Amino acid sequence: MAEHEEKAVSPGTPELGAGWTAGGVTDKIAGVVLGRGGPWTRGWHAHWRWRSALLISFGGVLTLLAASTWLFMRGVGLFGVNIPVAWGFALGNFVWWIGIGHAGTFISAILLLLRQRWRTSINRYAEAMTLFAAGIAGLFPIFHLGRPWFAYWLLPYPNRMELWPQWRSPLVWDIFAISTYLLVSLLFWYVGLIPDLASLRDKAASRGKRLGYGILALGWRGDARHWRHYETAYLLLAGLATPLVVSVHTVVALDFSIGNTPGYHSTIFPPYFVAGALFSGFAMVITLAIPLRHYFRLHDFITLRHLELAAKVMLACSLFVAYGYASEIFTAYYSGDTYEIHMTQDRFTGMYAPVYWVYMFCNVVVPQLLWWRRARRNVPTLLVVSLLVNAGMWMERFVIVVQSLHADYLPSAWGVFLPSVWDWVFLLSSIALFVWLFLMFIRYLPMISMAEMRGLVQETAEEAKP
Amino acid sequence: MTPRFYGVVGRFETPDALLEAIRCLRRRDRHLRLEAYAPYAVEGLSEALDLPRGKVPLFTLIGGVLGGASGFFMQWYAAVVSFPVNIGGRPLNSWPMFIPVTFEMTILGAALAAVLGMLAVSGLPRLHHPIFDAPCFGLATRDRYFLCLRPPPGMPGPAPAKQYREVLESLGATASDEVWT
Repeated sequence: MAEHEEKAVSPGTPELGAGWTAGGVTDKIAGVVLGRGGPWTRGWHAHWRWRSALLISFGGVLTLLAASTWLFMRGVGLFGVNIPVAWGFALGNFVWWIGIGHAGTFISAILLLLRQRWRTSINRYAEAMTLFAAGIAGLFPIFHLGRPWFAYWLLPYPNRMELWPQWRSPLVWDIFAISTYLLVSLLFWYVGLIPDLASLRDKAASRGKRLGYGILALGWRGDARHWRHYETAYLLLAGLATPLVVSVHTVVALDFSIGNTPGYHSTIFPPYFVAGALFSGFAMVITLAIPLRHYFRLHDFITLRHLELAAKVMLACSLFVAYGYASEIFTAYYSGDTYEIHMTQDRFTGMYAPVYWVYMFCNVVVPQLLWWRRARRNVPTLLVVSLLVNAGMWMERFVIVVQSLHADYLPSAWGVFLPSVWDWVFLLSSIALFVWLFLMFIRYLPMISMAEMRGLVQETAEEAKP
Repeated sequence: MTPRFYGVVGRFETPDALLEAIRCLRRRDRHLRLEAYAPYAVEGLSEALDLPRGKVPLFTLIGGVLGGASGFFMQWYAAVVSFPVNIGGRPLNSWPMFIPVTFEMTILGAALAAVLGMLAVSGLPRLHHPIFDAPCFGLATRDRYFLCLRPPPGMPGPAPAKQYREVLESLGATASDEVWT
C-alpha cells in the first residue's frame, strides 16, 4: 500500500513543467480567478494592468455601442461603400473575425480526437477566443444591412407575409452555419467548464461566489458515472465540431464563390478560406498565449513546446494559403478569361496593389522564418510573426472583398472604395470588444482546464514510473 | 423527519488506492452499491465499477437524425409545397442546394442531444446532494478520491455506519464520514 500513498507529481515533460501535483495545478489556475496565490495575492483590485486594460477596452466597447446607434440612425452611408463596391470593411471584418474564431474549435476538437497532449493547457482560452470572435463576426453582417431591424427576416419563422428564406442562397446557409457554430462552440466550451466550475465552487471563500459558481456547475460532484457520460459526450461533441469547423468557413467562402464576380468565382475558395481561417486563428492563439503566460506566470503550463507546435501549424497553414494565392493567379491566366486576368493584374499593380504586396509579405514571406527551430522557440519573434499574420490576414480579406468588386466587368462601372472614419471606428472598436470580453473571461473563469490538467499530471507521472 | 442513512464515504489519496479498494470490495460482493468520486476522469474507474455504457451516443444519433430530417423537411416544404417558385422550369426540390442547411441542422441537433442527454442521464442539474454534506468532500474537485459505500435498498435494521467505516478504513481510506439525508 505504501506506493499508493504517494501523490502523483509531474516529472517535467515538454508540455508540463516539473513538480506539479493535481492540487498544485488546481490552486494555481483557480488562484488566478479567485485572486489568491502568486502575484495575485492582493487580489484583482490591486492589479493596475488588468484594470487599465479593462477600462481602455471598455471605452472601445462604449464607442462601438455609440457608433452602432449612429449607424442604425443614419444608415450604411456612414461607411465608405457605394456601387460598385457595396461590400466594404464590414464584410472583410466579418470574414476575418470568423476566421479567428476557427482555431479554438480546431484545437479543442481535432487535437482531442488526435490525442494531442499539447491541446490540454491551451484549449480553454482558445475556445473562449473562438466564441468571442465568432460572436463579433456575427455582428458585422447586421451592421452592414441597409435595414438592420429586419435582420430576423433571414430566419425561417411563421410570418404573415407567408414568405420563406431563399434556401438556395449562401447567405441563408451562412446564418445557419454561423449560428450553429456559435451554439455548438458555446456548448463545447460550457461542457468543458462544468468540472472546473465545480472546483471553483468548492474553493471559493465567499458565499456569493460559491452560489454563483455552484449554480453554473449544475451540481457536478465528480461521480464516476458522471465522468463516464461526460467523456462520451465530450468526445461526441469533438467529433461533431470537427466537420462543423470546416463547414463554417466553407459556407463563408461560398458567399463569395457562388457569385460570378471575377476574383470571387473560384472553386479554390472553400479550402483556401478554411486554411486562411486556421492561419489567422493560430496567429491569434499565439498572440494571446504570450501575454497570458507572461503576466500570469504560466510558463510551466503553456510551455515553449506549445508555442512551437502552434507555430508549426501556422507555418503549415501559411503554405496552404500560399498555394491558394498561387492557384488563384494560375487559374486566372489558365482560364484565358479577360476579366479574371484583368482582375489579377489589377491586384498586382492597381489601386490596392500596396495592400496586396504587404499581405503577401506578411502571410507568405514572414512565416517562412518558422522553419527555424530557433525562431519558433523565440517568444518575441513569435509575437511579431503572429501579429503580422493577423494584420496580413485582415488585409487579405479586405483585398478579396473590395478589390474584386472595384473593377469587374464594364470599365464604365468601375469605382474606388476608400474607407471612411466610421469603417475604422468599427474595426478598432470590435477589437476593443474582443479584448474586453477576453479580460472578463480571464477574470471570472479558469483560463486553463483544471480537470484536464489534473489528468495530465497523473498521466505524465505514471509514464515516468520505472 | 428522521434522517435516512445514505452511506459512508471514504477518502483516498491516490487513484490507485481508490481502484484497489473498489476491486477488493467487488471481489467480496459483486452487488455492493458503490459510488466513486474523482477530480478527473480516472482511467479504468468505469470498468472497475462495472458501469453500463450509457445512452449518450444513442441520444446523439437520434438528435442528429431528427435535426437533419427536420432541416431538410423545412426546406423541401418551403420550396415545393408552401411557396413554390418556378424559375425557368428548374426542379422545385433542388436538393443539392439544401445540403448545407441540412448538414448544419444535423450537427446542431446531435450536439444539443449529446449535451442535454449527458445531463439527463447524469441526473444534472441538481441543486443539492447528500454527499456534499460530508466534511472534506470539497476536495473531490481538487485532488482527492472518494468512495461511497451504500446499503442495499430497503435494508432493515440500524444503519451499518460503523461497520462500513471499518471496511473502508481497512481498505486504505485515510478518512471516512457518514452521510445522512
